[in-house]
Amino acid sequence: MSNRPSPLHFWRWFDPRARQVGTWAFIINRITALGLTAYLFIHLIVLGQLALGPQYYDQFIAFAKLPVVKIGELAVLAAGIIHALNGIRVALTGLGFAVRWQKHMLYSLMCLAALGIFVVFVKLFLLD
Amino acid sequence: MSSIRWKVTFIITRQRSKSKCYQQPFLLEVDPDEYILDCIERIWAFHDRSLTFRHACHHSTCGACGMRVNGVEKLTCITAIRSVTQDGGTVHIEPLRNFPVLSDLVVDMSTFFLRLEQVNAATVLPLQEACLPGEIKDQPVIESGQYERLVDCIECGLCISACPTALTSSSYQGPATLAAIQQGCQPGNQPFQILLADHEDGVWRCHSAYECSAVCPSNVDPAARIMNLRRRILTQHIRSLFSRQPEEAKNE
Repeated sequence: MSNRPSPLHFWRWFDPRARQVGTWAFIINRITALGLTAYLFIHLIVLGQLALGPQYYDQFIAFAKLPVVKIGELAVLAAGIIHALNGIRVALTGLGFAVRWQKHMLYSLMCLAALGIFVVFVKLFLLD
Repeated sequence: MSSIRWKVTFIITRQRSKSKCYQQPFLLEVDPDEYILDCIERIWAFHDRSLTFRHACHHSTCGACGMRVNGVEKLTCITAIRSVTQDGGTVHIEPLRNFPVLSDLVVDMSTFFLRLEQVNAATVLPLQEACLPGEIKDQPVIESGQYERLVDCIECGLCISACPTALTSSSYQGPATLAAIQQGCQPGNQPFQILLADHEDGVWRCHSAYECSAVCPSNVDPAARIMNLRRRILTQHIRSLFSRQPEEAKNE
């Protein structure tokens, strides 16, 4: 394995071994961003299908009520919440604000994200 | 030093320039309060004289003995055995990342040193300018004389090795260089070095992983300095939007 910097080493960004809290946040932000981008394309394809007629719409609604799709919805919303909250931290520290508290900010915001994900979970699986 | 003895296996990554790397184990009986560098020296002295590594001062001043210990960038002269393993455990020793390997644990840091040279990285600054992170920048000058402070960066390269951005970009200036620019850049004074920072391979390439500050053995806190430099550059750009350019003023 080459020791020189190379764009081909990007996959090592996702290796959390022996890394610190800042890198975990860096990894989480990239994974959630990739997931949300993939979701955007799936979403657009599904919307295109719905425009084909009412029978497609009814089929889709039946499909959307499957537990596996609901788990997917929870994953998308969780990714959105985590990415948005971590994004606030990155934007603040990236402009020199509260840099020394970046770890504390991450822990606090991820607690907030966990709370948000729990609310979404209750809404999707227990109240629906 | 204590009378306790541990048996520790040191697994050292060996490589000659352009040849394939391999890992070589060495079993040592050590005092847990010994430092990693002491053990590497012992391996060289009593087990394998062909092992190459860099070291000099043995007290974290020269920055020569930076290596990866169990995957984490450390100055091996101040890293005690008991802080990284236990009795019967293993310690993986690897060269720093993001530098070409010359031989075994020795890496080529010439580009890194050239970059520091290019930005006129100071070794000594007046006290009010060489403030530590968290200190006030404009400390009053003491009338009885100008005190100077050694700039903290010991140019060990640990920050470059730990940085995920430096992993994929050889043109990135790197945390130590950007911290040096921040340190040499006084309020109201914009030296030419700032052009190297306000660049796609400068402060804007940093992805806020904060690994550089986590591994820095010398309290430089490069990440905080990079973010501070970003804010200064951004403030300068915003101000320039609302101020008249000298050329325009001349034409009026």
